[in-house]
Amino acid sequence: MFTPENLERARAIVARYPRAKSAILPLAHLAQDQDGWLSPEAMREIAALTRVEPAEVLGTCSFYTMFKRDPVGRLVVSVCTNVTCLVTGGPEVLEHLARRYDDDDVYVEEVECLAACGGAPAMQVNYEFHEGLTPEMAEEIVEAYKRGELIPRGVSGGRVS
Amino acid sequence: MTVTETRVITKRIHDRPEDSWTIDGALASGAYEGLRAAFAMGRDAIGEEQVKASGLRGRGGAGFPTATKWSFLPAGSYPRYLVVNADEGEPSTFKDRMLIERDPHQLIEGIAIAAFAIECNLAFVYIRGEFALGYERLEQAVAEAKAKGFLGMNILGSGFDLDIVVHRGAGAYICGEETALLESLEGERGMPRIRPPFPAIEGLYAKPTVVNNVETISTLPHIVRMGGEEYAKLGVDRSTGTRVFSLSGHVKRPGNYEVELGVTFRDLLYSPELGGGITDDRKVKFFIPGGASSQWLTGADEHLDAPLDMDFLEQNLGVMLGSGAVMVFDETVNPALVAWRLAKFFADESCGKCTPCREGTGWVEKVLYRIAHGQGRPQDFDMLLDVCDNISPGVTTAPFAQTTICPLGPSVVSPVASLQKYFRDEVLAMCTGPSTIPVSAS
Repeated sequence: MFTPENLERARAIVARYPRAKSAILPLAHLAQDQDGWLSPEAMREIAALTRVEPAEVLGTCSFYTMFKRDPVGRLVVSVCTNVTCLVTGGPEVLEHLARRYDDDDVYVEEVECLAACGGAPAMQVNYEFHEGLTPEMAEEIVEAYKRGELIPRGVSGGRVS
Repeated sequence: MTVTETRVITKRIHDRPEDSWTIDGALASGAYEGLRAAFAMGRDAIGEEQVKASGLRGRGGAGFPTATKWSFLPAGSYPRYLVVNADEGEPSTFKDRMLIERDPHQLIEGIAIAAFAIECNLAFVYIRGEFALGYERLEQAVAEAKAKGFLGMNILGSGFDLDIVVHRGAGAYICGEETALLESLEGERGMPRIRPPFPAIEGLYAKPTVVNNVETISTLPHIVRMGGEEYAKLGVDRSTGTRVFSLSGHVKRPGNYEVELGVTFRDLLYSPELGGGITDDRKVKFFIPGGASSQWLTGADEHLDAPLDMDFLEQNLGVMLGSGAVMVFDETVNPALVAWRLAKFFADESCGKCTPCREGTGWVEKVLYRIAHGQGRPQDFDMLLDVCDNISPGVTTAPFAQTTICPLGPSVVSPVASLQKYFRDEVLAMCTGPSTIPVSAS
């Protein structure tokens, strides 16, 4: 369930659009930042707010890779392996992190081009960019988040208040 | 010859690295003066005179003339919407992210000018979901612009009202295709629409809609301020002005460089203040000139010396300048591996609406995978061409036809056609596996 504060935000978001259904994506981001994933309960609540059937919210949200419909770790680590990263060491970063982290706190995923090719290889941690990586540097960055030296965004990339 | 940058839309970013994205930094470097000039010259003078005279063509990929796109809006039909395509996802393109994160006020000023010109009172920016910082800065900039009276009701006393909604995507490359973007903005799955009707007639919420790229819109304040004819003096022939090229891969200085159209690929790759040459002074084996969807070029002189001119490249070399992403690969790279990874991208990102794309991209990816990993079979290359021919009849002779609604499927054909054109023998030499093994589904 949205917190009272987020429910107010959600209603304000719906009001910005000529049609309420347009608010499905922004509300799903809001819910995911709040809960750490996009739960069936959240999708039902979004359906009520946007005045559509819950199945329509699921239908829309299941199309988009940023929405995690199962719980993921507190940290979503997205490693690019598209062509520029492919020839500059991206797959090695991915392999290292995927082996290193097999726990409930860190979720490692392979993603497509992140538009950070000038600093390839690149990854994001909760949608914060980190570029010019080696496998060791990438691990050190994740560790810094785990130790609380770097403050993560929400798992959907928003600031969590 | 040594070429340097011609900074028009990246000037503020370089002049004020410490605060280019803030309202104070932007106002101290001329922001919103173009908007004042636009109000002074009046609505009709913008699109039909200045933008038309500037020769500005869309910077998202297709290169369609901006003034012409605006002119398709049916007279007397309201409301109209302006949607800015900030869903930058074409592999190796990273210019729009920079323009959003580091100069959001330039984008907002451009939106206000375009919206004023086309009589739109509600504009949307569809920003890629992964751009968390860009979203944050753009939202902040919209709030600042509202507080200063550059957005909202009766902007600068002009009588013109405008609000901007910044809308985050959620991880789908296909939403960079304009009709899929509109579907997504309406809260649907991002699947392209059949055209006609074109968005100018029936776009967002079935209303007349203009969809323009971030870089295109960011150019408008400068066109209005310097005058369309003056802007058109930059560049070459019908490729006027400057463009921001995202240079990546095996160059010494990867990054975004704004240059006048008409300089050559060699200038871009080797000029000391641009690419700075190839990593470890090796040779260029091949490069992709316009994003992943483009056909490739090689290190041959006739390719390196070709000008960054949309028409020249299309007519003479059959490639597109596309999104302005130039990816460079040196002689150590296996071209089949790059082709496979691009095919994997298109297979992952196919929305699934059209069968030739949904099935074809998957087949191309699987066959290229085994070729690139030393398990190719002698007949594989021709099978690839056959699958591609079902997506884009006429594979090897651009421009090809397409059997799909949007260009995503045909994009997977580009790497295959490029292998066929330049690396057929090298790829066939990798296809030494037994020819009798049945094709496996995995």
